[in-house]
Amino acid sequence: MTKTDPSTDLAPLTESVVTGLPPERVREARRRRHPFRKPVTSILRHAFLIAAAVLMLYPVIWMVVSSFRPTELIFREAGLVFDSFEISNYVEGWNALSYPFNVYLLNSGLVVVGSIIGNLVSCSLAAYAFARLEFTGKKFWFAIMLLSIMLPIHVIIVPQYVMFSQLGWVNTFLPLIVPKLLATDAFFIFLMVQFIRGIPRELDEAARIDGAGHPRIFLQIILPLMVPALATTTIFTFIWTWNDFFSQLIFLTKPSLYTVPLALNAFQDAQSSTDFGELFAMSVVSLIPIFLIFLFGQRFLIKGIATTGIK
Amino acid sequence: MSALGELRSLKGAAAPKQRKQNKAAFLFLLPWFVGLALITVGPMVASFALSFTRYNLLSPPRFNGVENYIRMLEDERLHKALVVTFQYVLVSVPLQLGLALVLALVLDRGLRGLALYRSAFYLPSLLGASVAIAILWRQLFGVDGLINIALGWFGIEGQGWISNPETALGTLMILNVWTFGAPMVIFLAGLRQIPVMYYEAASVDGANRMQQFRHITLPMLTPIIFFNLILQLIGAFQSFTQAFVVSGGTGGPVDSTLFYTLYLYQQGFANLNMGYASAMAWLLLVIIAALTAINFWASKYWVFYDDQD
Repeated sequence: MTKTDPSTDLAPLTESVVTGLPPERVREARRRRHPFRKPVTSILRHAFLIAAAVLMLYPVIWMVVSSFRPTELIFREAGLVFDSFEISNYVEGWNALSYPFNVYLLNSGLVVVGSIIGNLVSCSLAAYAFARLEFTGKKFWFAIMLLSIMLPIHVIIVPQYVMFSQLGWVNTFLPLIVPKLLATDAFFIFLMVQFIRGIPRELDEAARIDGAGHPRIFLQIILPLMVPALATTTIFTFIWTWNDFFSQLIFLTKPSLYTVPLALNAFQDAQSSTDFGELFAMSVVSLIPIFLIFLFGQRFLIKGIATTGIK
Repeated sequence: MSALGELRSLKGAAAPKQRKQNKAAFLFLLPWFVGLALITVGPMVASFALSFTRYNLLSPPRFNGVENYIRMLEDERLHKALVVTFQYVLVSVPLQLGLALVLALVLDRGLRGLALYRSAFYLPSLLGASVAIAILWRQLFGVDGLINIALGWFGIEGQGWISNPETALGTLMILNVWTFGAPMVIFLAGLRQIPVMYYEAASVDGANRMQQFRHITLPMLTPIIFFNLILQLIGAFQSFTQAFVVSGGTGGPVDSTLFYTLYLYQQGFANLNMGYASAMAWLLLVIIAALTAINFWASKYWVFYDDQD
């Protein structure tokens, strides 16, 4: 609680640079803007925020706690106390479908890793061209790239399915990975363009004087400096691919190729009303990677959506 | 600058004259060009062509003119899907953005524990799109679910919120509102961009907090509100997973959660009416484009850009 966000600590300094006011005056002004110095107001505000946070997270925590309860207790207990610690839900849920759950985890993992590699390679290449090179029709292509971010996948999914099924790629991971190798997640091109624009051009110039061509400038100057943007891309690709359901539902119909979301969906369909504990347990397993990413990659997540979201 | 800001500024500013590096650019853009042609534009054209055919994947497409489009005019399930989707978007998106804005204002600068609160509110937007949360939702709002247990404490008799066609869509709206954390983070970043000198000047002039909010914070935030609105509208229109999982793929009960994309999936991939599904996809594109265009047009009247002199 005492640890404040580093960016808020820096804010007065940045602001004093922007406004030309000494930092102390900025801090003073900030306090005046938010006169929550009265302890009562401040306590009320914290009470409101804590209540809201508990309300928001209650269902998720309840699912975690319930996954350790015998099924017959789940729908009688609304509390969040670990009153029982039954891991049999996990053991039995793991083997409840035609394949053990690790098969689905591995499938999801393969699709995720392929997508991440694809996005990192193809989007960084395209971003370098848009951020650093001058070429004919640049504005036009850039506009096309921005528009393609907003294109709903549903408009292209039917012909894509026809194409991939003619190639014999249905029930392989290729339809999920190959498009990423071809930079179709244009959101990340945009994110990287934004980032590269912030890298001083003098660095490129210096390298060029030393005789480096574009491939070397890209590989040895730009790429090492854009690691934060690559990290953001990795994290977002992980989460979006891990959660993706629509395209996996369409391209993977063989149970041996099911990814985690497809397996959970099949589990719910097949399930008689008696084993909610197992269903919850596997749902919790499916959320663990997202939660870990959230814990360790939060900085990049918040930065990513804040910088691309802002004008 | 956001993607929208970029698009807005593209018409202006002339690029400085520079030597062209066409060959290098082409090589760097090659994967993207191939993807654009084969994965995006090609299928778009193909989907437009298929929308004038009858096609079931097994035999070659047969041209049938505008028959698919005429059928869409008469298809009552399609009309139902449009109504359901519009209700979902028009109710849940404003609620979600409103909540995001309120929480961002409460969390704005100088609050202890900001990072912790922000994380707590942001986490649901990462989880919200998953099948696991949709499964949870189905149980939360079930007859024996947590919601009814909680209502029982207040002596209110619950019901099967998911199995009742009157309330099923509402549970999905709540799920969308629950994911307000992502727009909230964008609002927080936007609030941080407002120069503090504006507030200084205002308080010198004796403006109270309400007036400062009304005349500084809100106008300065309108581009961010606009950005979030476009983003969430487009996203909500394409919602699929939650409705699919909660209704077991049917859009039920009585089509009350039949999202447009869910119906498109049923037509294209369950019934193999690929021509009809393509026509539906184009209607979706037209609707989304029209909504975005209307928003851009309306933005002239309420969005304030600081850089306009």
